[in-house]
Amino acid sequence: MKTYEEINSKIESKKAVVLTAEEIIDYVEKKGLEAAADEVDVVTTATFGPMCSSGCFLNFGHSKPKIRITEAWLDDVAVYCGIAAVDMYLGATQLRHNDPANMYYPGEFRFGGGHVIEKLVAGEKLQLFALSYGTDDYPKREIRTWFDINDLNQAIMVNPRNCYQNYNVAINCSDKPIYTYLGLLKPEMKNLTYCSAGQLSPLLNDPMYETIGIGTRVWLAGAQGHVYAEGTQHTSVCSRTPNQVPTEGAGTLALTGNMKEMNPEYVRGLSLVGYGVSLSLGIGIPIPILTPELLKHTTVRDRDIKAQVIDYSSDYPNKTGKVICQVSYEELRSGEIRINGRQVEVGSLSSYAKAHEIACLLRDEIKRGEFLLSQPIRKLPIGQPMKSLEIRGKNQ
Amino acid sequence: MLLYFPQSVTEKPIVYHLVKDYNLIINIFRAKVTPEEYGYLVLDVTGTEEDIKKGMAFVETCDVKINEADKGVSWDSSKCTHCGNCITHCPTHALYIADQKTRRVDFDSSLCVECLSCIGNCPFDACSTIF
Repeated sequence: MKTYEEINSKIESKKAVVLTAEEIIDYVEKKGLEAAADEVDVVTTATFGPMCSSGCFLNFGHSKPKIRITEAWLDDVAVYCGIAAVDMYLGATQLRHNDPANMYYPGEFRFGGGHVIEKLVAGEKLQLFALSYGTDDYPKREIRTWFDINDLNQAIMVNPRNCYQNYNVAINCSDKPIYTYLGLLKPEMKNLTYCSAGQLSPLLNDPMYETIGIGTRVWLAGAQGHVYAEGTQHTSVCSRTPNQVPTEGAGTLALTGNMKEMNPEYVRGLSLVGYGVSLSLGIGIPIPILTPELLKHTTVRDRDIKAQVIDYSSDYPNKTGKVICQVSYEELRSGEIRINGRQVEVGSLSSYAKAHEIACLLRDEIKRGEFLLSQPIRKLPIGQPMKSLEIRGKNQ
Repeated sequence: MLLYFPQSVTEKPIVYHLVKDYNLIINIFRAKVTPEEYGYLVLDVTGTEEDIKKGMAFVETCDVKINEADKGVSWDSSKCTHCGNCITHCPTHALYIADQKTRRVDFDSSLCVECLSCIGNCPFDACSTIF
């Protein structure tokens, strides 16, 4: 048994033993669970992939004369201004003004909120266009100007849902191509897409949320951020394998961090043809090895983690709940998989390469004594099911 | 191989001559040859070294600019996040997982047939076409 304090004092004296969630697998196999649990202080986990429920609060400071902004666009992407005078929230999936969306199907969605966030973090210049109705104390009614992240008082990323514990594998059983948030799915099950870092993914290494909770310090695109709440749609009641690893979406995290400290390499806007725009984010989360049981969870392998293959042409949009089959991440990473007697090519929207990079970066930061662990101030909810939206009234 | 056509020679059946007169096997990946405009042909040429040399000398007499190494499709490694979404959309495996352990994506331009499937399917705009 170790405590957070003991681990942190080892980190501060640069003596902590830190391995990535990939390295720990062989390490425990070689050393044995008990001996490894004594030696290892921290296992680093990571993920990199599209996280649509991401965005940021920005504060511009006051112009002379002042404006109480009611509508604004950053590089023609609308932001939410229903808060204080020069505060705004920019969401990752917001389309650019006049984007034809899917009017000319499939739409290209070349630029949107995720791309603006990427430009901000990269320190690029952006255009602010802001409008107001004018008041006695905030008389200005229009502003058009250029700025970059250094001109802002605050640029705080606030993401209501990141780090989905596990995720669906999308396939298309229909006879037409479909365009989804998991990319283009060819007809007749010719390809499928998954989206998880598998054995490196944070919540798959702490399946019952024993160390990752509200207040946990996280590596959010290079900045030291933290978990500020359970993520939206956090659903701890779900189907799980005997090692407690969920086989469906399950847990999520709400994360926040200072965008001025982020590395643009891990904040990337993306365009999904026929679907929309989003933001891919790199996140690393350290797991303190307080007990052998916690260590055991971090040794989970791709072959032990299962995901559900779902037909996105019919069962997903119609919420039938039907699952075609379960497959392991080891099978998915082989590049081809057999489903209903057919060879199906496998693609991914989550970057294992980037997740691996982040797990190593975080490992090295902890080893250098630059990243301390924080004990959660509250646990993520256990026993929480998922509610659905019921369409009431005559028009259903 | 890339052939750039000046505005003037779009009416000459260059590919016909390459096949008939120089005994070359031509596989056209992409072409845009429009009157009054600059055009291009992206093709793969197979034949004996001598025939290819003679064929290309003929092409040059038509004022067509040849770029043997160039391809119309390129992949920007700095934009690529190595997600692997392109893999199932590249029919010739020009885009491929170079290392199963690190799962990094790489691009072998010699295998690219310029179907352009990667262009729209790369969410990060890492694949682009010069035409």
